[in-house]
Amino acid sequence: MARVLIENVTKSYGKTEVIHGIDTVIEDGEFIVIVGPSGCGKSTLLRMIAGLEEISSGTISIGERVVNDLEPKDRDIAMVFQNYALYPHMTVFKNMAYGLKLRNFSKNDIKQRVDQAAKLLQLEDLLERKPRQLSGGQRQRVAMGRCIVREPKVFLFDEPLSNLDAKLRVQMRLELRNLHKRLKVTSIYVTHDQVEAMTLGDRLVVINDGYAEQIGSPIDLYERPATKFVAGFLGSPSMNFIDARISADGRMAELPGTFSLALGSDVTVGQEGRAVTIGIRPEHFSLAEEEQSAFSLKIDHAEFHGADTIIYGRIADNDRLLTVRLPHRHEINLEKHLFLAVAPEHIHFFDQKTGKRI
Amino acid sequence: MIEKRPFITWFSHAVLLLGVALVAFPIWITFVGASHDAVRMTQVPLPLLPGDQFFVNLKAAFVQGVGNAKEQSVGLMMFNSLIMAMMIAVGKITISLLSAFAIVYFRFPFRMMFFWMIFITLMLPVEVRILPTFEVVANLGMLNNYWGLTVPLIASATATFMFRQAFLTVPDELLEAARIDGAGPMRFFKDILLPVSRTNIAALFVILFIYGWNQYLWPLLITTDKSMYTIVMGIKQMLEAAEEAPEWHLIMMTTLLAMIPPVWVVIGMQKLFIKGLTETEK
Repeated sequence: MARVLIENVTKSYGKTEVIHGIDTVIEDGEFIVIVGPSGCGKSTLLRMIAGLEEISSGTISIGERVVNDLEPKDRDIAMVFQNYALYPHMTVFKNMAYGLKLRNFSKNDIKQRVDQAAKLLQLEDLLERKPRQLSGGQRQRVAMGRCIVREPKVFLFDEPLSNLDAKLRVQMRLELRNLHKRLKVTSIYVTHDQVEAMTLGDRLVVINDGYAEQIGSPIDLYERPATKFVAGFLGSPSMNFIDARISADGRMAELPGTFSLALGSDVTVGQEGRAVTIGIRPEHFSLAEEEQSAFSLKIDHAEFHGADTIIYGRIADNDRLLTVRLPHRHEINLEKHLFLAVAPEHIHFFDQKTGKRI
Repeated sequence: MIEKRPFITWFSHAVLLLGVALVAFPIWITFVGASHDAVRMTQVPLPLLPGDQFFVNLKAAFVQGVGNAKEQSVGLMMFNSLIMAMMIAVGKITISLLSAFAIVYFRFPFRMMFFWMIFITLMLPVEVRILPTFEVVANLGMLNNYWGLTVPLIASATATFMFRQAFLTVPDELLEAARIDGAGPMRFFKDILLPVSRTNIAALFVILFIYGWNQYLWPLLITTDKSMYTIVMGIKQMLEAAEEAPEWHLIMMTTLLAMIPPVWVVIGMQKLFIKGLTETEK
C-alpha cells in the first residue's frame, strides 16, 4: 500500500497538450475516483500512472518512489480494464496466476493466493472455466482477482463497470466498495458515470478538458461545486442554470423578466449590481403558495420515477427551461402553473465569464 | 433468404450435383485405373468399374517405382514431398509470425516502408524470378537438397499480411494487461499472441502445406538427383518412359497416393481451418 503523488503532470501528443498540469495526492488506502466527460483525459491520466503512456512532464510517485521511467511491471500496480482483457485461451486459474508465474512465485504460493482470491470473489467453482464461458459480472470478478493475487500497492480501474448492464453495475459497485473496505489498497478509479463516482469515491477528481476542475469529497463537490462545470456534471437531473443580475441592494437576484429570487440576509454575494449565473439543483425547489413563490412554471411534461417526480417546464415569463424534482407522487395538472420557491442557502452563484464559484 | 420455388430448388441441386460430378469423376477414374493391370489399361474403352489388382499395384508402386523414376520408389518421393511441404509450411508460418509481430507491435523507423516492401513481394512469386533465384540457390550450393527445395519458397507476403490482420484484431488491452503482469515482448508473443492466433495458424498451415505439396516447377528445376524427386514431379517423369508405353495402372496408383496427404491434412484440420478463416472474436 502506498501514497500516490501526482505533481504537475502534463501529457502532449506532438504539439497538442491534452492534460495540463494536474496536481494531487492520493493518500494511502484511499479510494479516489477520476471522473469527467469522455475525451477529457481521465483515462490518459490513469494510463500514465500505470506506465502505459509516457509522462510528458511532471512526476508521478508511488510510495515515495518516482516511477516516471519505470516499466508498468515494476511499478507495483494492477489494473482492471473496461473490456476485462482476460487472456481468452487461459482458464480462470491461469489468468489469475499468470502475473505470479512471471514473477517466479512457487507453485504452492500461486495456488494459495489464487484460491484465497477466488474465495473472496466467489470464483471457486469457476477456476477451470475459460473466460468465454463466463458472464460479464464473472469476467469482471476474474479481472479483479488477477489484480488481487498480485497484492500490489495500487489498484487502477479503467471504467470497469461500463460493459455491464444497469442492475449488475449497481451490484458490482457494492462489491467493489466492500472489497476496498476489506483490502484497503490505494485505488484509482476512472469513470464517466457520476453516480459511480459519487457512490464509490472517498474523494473525486473532476476533470474537464485536461484540467482538474475540482478535487474533494463527493459531499463537498455536490454542495459546494467550485465551477459551473462541476455543478452541472454532478447530480442527475443536472443543476439548473439561469442568468441573473444581483440587485443594487444585494438582497435579490433578478431574473430576466419580472421574477426575482430573495437572497437571505446571511447570503452575501457581494458585488451588487453584477451579472451572474445562478445554479439551483432540481431537488431544491419547493412548492409554495402563489404569494410566497419566487416564480411560476409552465409545465411541459412530468416523469413519475417512483420515489419522486421530475417536472420539466419553463419559467412563465421568460421561457427558460427548468427541471424540478419533487418528492413522492404529485398529481400534475398540465394546464395549471406550478408555484415554486427556493431557499436562499441552496442558490449557487457563478461568474458568467469564468464559470468560477462566487 | 428463404424462397420456396420448386424450380430454383431443383435447378440449384442440379448445379451442385454437376459440380460434385466434375470433381469426383476424375478421382473415380484414377481409383479405377489404379485397380486394373497394365494390359487392361491400354485397351479401349477404359474401364469404369474397379478391377482386382489394387493391392498388387499398391505394392508395385511402393517397392519398385515407376517408369523413368524407377530407381526410387513412390514411398521415397512421398517422403521428399512431405519434408518439402512441412518445411515450407512451418518455415513460412514462423517467419510470417515474427515479421507480422514486428510490424504490428514495434515502433521502429521505416516500419511502414518495410511492411510495403514485404507486401510488394506478392507480385514476385518464384515463377517470375525463377532464373535469378536458381542462380542464387546454385551459388549457395543448395541444389539437390531440402534447403534448396524450400528456402526460396519460404519468404511469404501473404502469410505476413494475414497474421498482421489477425494481430490487429487482438485488443490492445491484452498487451497492456500482459505488460502489467510482467511479460516482456517475447513472453507476450509466446504466451498470449500465439495461442490467441492458434486458429489462424492452423488455417494457414493447411493452405501452405497444400501449396508446398503441389510445388512442381521449382523442384523440377532444382533437383537433378533422383533421390530428391518429389511426388508431383515424379508423376510427370513416369509419363516419359523412354521406349515402353506408360504404365498407366501404376501412374494412377501413384496419383492416388499423392492425393492422400493433402486430403488428410484438410480433413484433420477442417474445424480449425474454418474457424481461422471466419472467427473474429478474440
